[in-house]
Amino acid sequence: MKDFLDMGGYAAYVWPAYAVTLIVLFLNIAWARSALARAIAGARRRLGAQERGT
Amino acid sequence: MSWTWFHKLASPPYVYALAARLTPWFAWPAALLILGGLYAGLVLAPPDYQQGEGFRIIYVHAPTAWLSILVYVVMGVSAGIGLIWRMKVAHAVAASCAPIGASFTVAALVTGSLWGKPMWGTFWEWDPRLVSELILLFLYLGYLGLRAGFDDTQRADRASALLAVVGLVNVPIIHYSVVWWNSLHQAPSVMQLGKPKMPASMLTPLLMVLLGFTLFFVALLLVRLRAEVLQRERSASWLREALRA
Repeated sequence: MKDFLDMGGYAAYVWPAYAVTLIVLFLNIAWARSALARAIAGARRRLGAQERGT
Repeated sequence: MSWTWFHKLASPPYVYALAARLTPWFAWPAALLILGGLYAGLVLAPPDYQQGEGFRIIYVHAPTAWLSILVYVVMGVSAGIGLIWRMKVAHAVAASCAPIGASFTVAALVTGSLWGKPMWGTFWEWDPRLVSELILLFLYLGYLGLRAGFDDTQRADRASALLAVVGLVNVPIIHYSVVWWNSLHQAPSVMQLGKPKMPASMLTPLLMVLLGFTLFFVALLLVRLRAEVLQRERSASWLREALRA
């Protein structure tokens, strides 16, 4: 296990590279979801305003 | 050949419903392929005879770099379609691509720099491949900045689409930079004619993450596309229908 974590001396480069990539993957999931949630909330507001207007 | 599919794809309500239905079919295979590929790349693949364990950065660098370019091509082509045929949905696709592409370009630059330090002795070099990838990041950021400058979505769509289309010239420059100029960066080792220069135990995890990241991008695009389509829609009747679902 220690050998694996050590990555043949390249640990300082391999693990940060994997960490950055995983962070970008998860951030993308969070951003996409919040963009959709915001768009749905905005559409609800517009629809509500339209219905009150008519 | 029937063109009904094309007209359907131009119809926001149809696209909205289709995107929602398709998302899990891309998201779950993507998750499995990425997890499996990264595990195989870190644990099962043998160390490289020159780079030792350091070469394992390829399993995060290659897919992020691949997406940085693929996403740009999808963005530029959809923007072009939006400009030519005045298709709202095509503009919505282009706008959905930009934040995804920008984030993967950052990941490609960072992982590349973490690979460059031990192998080339430097985090950064003013090298054709590195510089053209940096320009790609500026294109994404310019596109996002330009859009943010407009209040009106339609005008934002048209102005930013022009930038996206012009920026497409950078794509072949990135790809061929390692061939045209003397570059520190190695030539492509997977996407070339003839046999790949890698044993199957190294190549299989790489193909898994490349496919996994691609499917992941499609899933993200489908979610963001729904958001972009909703924002552009003014018709009350289908908004009501879409929100009920």
